[in-house]
Amino acid sequence: MAHALGSGELSSVEIVQAHLDRIAAVDADVHAYLHVDGEGALAAAREVDSRRASGEELHVLAGVPIAVKDVLATKGLPTTCGSKILEGWVPPYDATVVAKLRAAGMPILGKTNMDEFAMGSSTEHSAYGPTHNPWDLTRIPGGSGGGSAAVVAAYEAPLAIGTDTGGSIRQPASVTGTVGVKPTYGGVSRYGLVALASSLDQAGPCTRTVLDAALLHSVIGGHDPLDSTSINAPVPSVVAAARRADVKGLRVGVIKELGGEGYQNGVRDRFDESVALLQEAGAEVVEVSCPSFDYALAAYYLILPSEASSNLAKFDGMRYGARVLPAGVDDPSAEQVMAATRDAGFGDEVKRRIILGTYALSSGYYDAYYGQAQKVRRLIADDFAAAFEKVDVLVSPTAPTTAFKLGDKLDDPMSMYLQDVATIPANLAGVPGMSLPSGLADEDGLPTGIQILAPATHDDRLYGVGAALERMLLDRWGAPLLTQAPELSAKGA
Amino acid sequence: MATAVTEEVVDYDEALKRYDPVMGLEVHVELNTATKMFCGCATEFGAAPNSQVCPVCLGLPGALPVVNATAVESAIRIGLALNCEIAQWCRFARKNYFYPDMPKNFQTSQYDEPIAFNGHLDVELEDGTTYRVEIERAHMEEDTGKSLHVGGSTGRIHGAEYSLVDYNRAGIPLIEIVTKPLTGAGERAPEVAKAYVGALRELLRALGVSDVKMEQGSLRCDANVSLRPKVGDATSDEQAAVPLGTRTETKNVNSLRSVERAVRYEITRHAAILDKGGKIIQETRHWHEDTGVTTSGREKSDAEDYRYFPEPDLVPVAPTRETVEALRQTLPEPPGERRKRLQSDWGYSDLEMRDVMNAGAVELIQETVAAGATPAAARKWWTGELARRANAEGRSVEDFGVTPAHIAELDGLVRDGRLNDSMARQVLEGVLAGEGTPTEVADARGLELVQDDGALEAAVDKVIEANADVAQKVRDGKVQAAGALIGQVMKEMRGQADAGKAREIILAKLTS
Repeated sequence: MAHALGSGELSSVEIVQAHLDRIAAVDADVHAYLHVDGEGALAAAREVDSRRASGEELHVLAGVPIAVKDVLATKGLPTTCGSKILEGWVPPYDATVVAKLRAAGMPILGKTNMDEFAMGSSTEHSAYGPTHNPWDLTRIPGGSGGGSAAVVAAYEAPLAIGTDTGGSIRQPASVTGTVGVKPTYGGVSRYGLVALASSLDQAGPCTRTVLDAALLHSVIGGHDPLDSTSINAPVPSVVAAARRADVKGLRVGVIKELGGEGYQNGVRDRFDESVALLQEAGAEVVEVSCPSFDYALAAYYLILPSEASSNLAKFDGMRYGARVLPAGVDDPSAEQVMAATRDAGFGDEVKRRIILGTYALSSGYYDAYYGQAQKVRRLIADDFAAAFEKVDVLVSPTAPTTAFKLGDKLDDPMSMYLQDVATIPANLAGVPGMSLPSGLADEDGLPTGIQILAPATHDDRLYGVGAALERMLLDRWGAPLLTQAPELSAKGA
Repeated sequence: MATAVTEEVVDYDEALKRYDPVMGLEVHVELNTATKMFCGCATEFGAAPNSQVCPVCLGLPGALPVVNATAVESAIRIGLALNCEIAQWCRFARKNYFYPDMPKNFQTSQYDEPIAFNGHLDVELEDGTTYRVEIERAHMEEDTGKSLHVGGSTGRIHGAEYSLVDYNRAGIPLIEIVTKPLTGAGERAPEVAKAYVGALRELLRALGVSDVKMEQGSLRCDANVSLRPKVGDATSDEQAAVPLGTRTETKNVNSLRSVERAVRYEITRHAAILDKGGKIIQETRHWHEDTGVTTSGREKSDAEDYRYFPEPDLVPVAPTRETVEALRQTLPEPPGERRKRLQSDWGYSDLEMRDVMNAGAVELIQETVAAGATPAAARKWWTGELARRANAEGRSVEDFGVTPAHIAELDGLVRDGRLNDSMARQVLEGVLAGEGTPTEVADARGLELVQDDGALEAAVDKVIEANADVAQKVRDGKVQAAGALIGQVMKEMRGQADAGKAREIILAKLTS
């Protein structure tokens, strides 16, 4: 697409219009967008086209449209975080990631659906209704970035931005047959990303190919003076690594703790085949143990709610977003308005985590919960450090199962939380991770994903391994996986 | 709500016979950095409401803080000036609580890892002795916004019809300086409190880190007071072993005099309760300048749980030893030492020096002397006429637009014999009115002593002739009567005579 744009074969306006048409055709079924900005996207496309026509040297992705997860602030475009409490809020500023997309000349098609405040693994916790998996509309698209994965899988956008706090880019990528990357913590600015858990959140690319992800990564990555936790170093050479696509002599570690019990057979089979392919291509494969990963989920579900309870305190109905007056009260106090707003504005999962976090941080419990979780976090980082002494990258299945049915796990938060068991350690340690499609599970014909992890700031390794594997898998499956999605291909992808 | 609660108090001296007061002072200092603690917004005082705000200081969803490096430097300099240790590595923490003018519903502050800790400040008392105030910590935080409650009679939120919030102040860098419990001050406790805040203010002004204007809230003091029973004939060690009593915290006391009065009031109020066998409630209290009492604020009995945890949006602050040592080199001479040095240089008496201090005119005098005035003249102008006017108008002398150079020039004109004292005052009026420099004003107003001795002699002769009786008194040896003649000569010459010269001529004519 970028090539067609560069050569003048296609205009950006044509591409944007094609995607708007596709959205009009399928989004009623998929429900991946919360807000579509056709006019804005076309205006941006026209501008890029005229700049290109005047001979201006443009970014390789200039004119390629993109969708953005609704957790990133977009100036002049609604930003709801999938929550009623922010219904109607239009930020007066752009997140740094969004500003970089605009600067690169990428038209923004709209904002994608998500679990409320990024809490969930299925996008069923969106206050605006669930997104459906383009492979099977009765199934979940993963979460919390189900919208961003689904627009890419359903050809409603060529590229999307997601955010990953415990796997919310990688797990949706896995269950929708797309590529998702969580860069090194601090590799992409968090400025303007409405915080779920500040020490874990990371924005990243949702794409159909590894090279697409690398190109997008290079647009949004880099130091931001507005984010003190952003890394002050150049973006790793991810595009070059994706083009090189080489694994010869590379040491690949299979994480012993991720892939045993609870993993669907089809997921494990496809994973094993991918590892075998890497070995055939000249990689050295060894098993690596990361014993502390067993406690990752527990630590994560203390740290995340703790930070979230503080981050969400600002949503009190006083300054922006929804304000709900308590029923049957004549002259309500500020506290009553706040309580009524939060009661109506926050969904069950959000309330559950706020209460959990408030409890975990309260004096008398801090040491036993939050403090202990931080120690586990340290141990997990140590496990990674030890593993990366022995190997260059680590691999595991991305998610334990393929996409489950909508509604299946809604009443069982614990089983929902288990979806992220393999992805969470990377967030706790701040290391980068990628999920790419490893094939279709035999039992249900749905996509499965393989996760690749690298040491912090070595994001380029993900792209080298990912692109090599992608090429081998393409040979094996004969065509890009997405073209085999049955549900929407009928609608003319 | 406006019902005045008058509480019983006992006589101060009586209270001190039975109780030993212990204080803890918390001083909040607004730094005078150009931008806020965590964003690039301006910090100018008095700007239009909500004109100095951005997504960060408004706490908008997604916005992130970035630490102001200048504020950290100021914090380190303050720590060093207070003889503190400086942390090699410290973090910000979130203090979670709800407050209407706090945009994020948490305050970014420091908790268990302050930038500076374990220091002291020696404070001079009026009797010439020194009290050492031990400093527990100095930490960085951000200020909150400001609420204006409209429609009520008290200006407080209760009874108000609506409230307005100005977020200009939200995010302004604050340093909170907390003392250890101050014991052993005895009856001088209120004086120690006042002297400490005064010395701190002087130090901060010398450091140039804050405007330290208590009336504008850039320096605010919370005074904790508790009493413990006095042990008869106890040694100071024995007394120190008596457990501390329950404390009250009087918030936002905003003048030195009020600090002293509030501490004194709380001592007498606590004593009255304890005398009756009552219990002190741990609470915050409000100070009322007009009535000189404190009233109950928020009860703190079920201590608030702030759910502190390290601020994940900020990287730790880790000043290198080199940075700290470099900052140490920027510390000014300690104000106490400097004051003694200047007093001796200028030849002021203790009383004169105190006047200068009270007028906040040390720097002005120093600059004025440097510009060529005599120390005596510099003191006379800054602590006399100008200080009087500033007081009367409730302004600061610095705000008049009169510079040290102006005063030095004025003094020069007097010493050159061009102006006498009353003419100099008129010139100063002109300068205050913006008519120009002293020379320009003197020129424009035609103010100049008549230098022509002939004219002066003629005027003297005329006056002697017209006042023969007074002249006779002088001839008879009543020299002070000459004053009346000088006055007449001045009148004769419409004020433009050199009074000293006139006196010489009169005496020469009448007594030789």
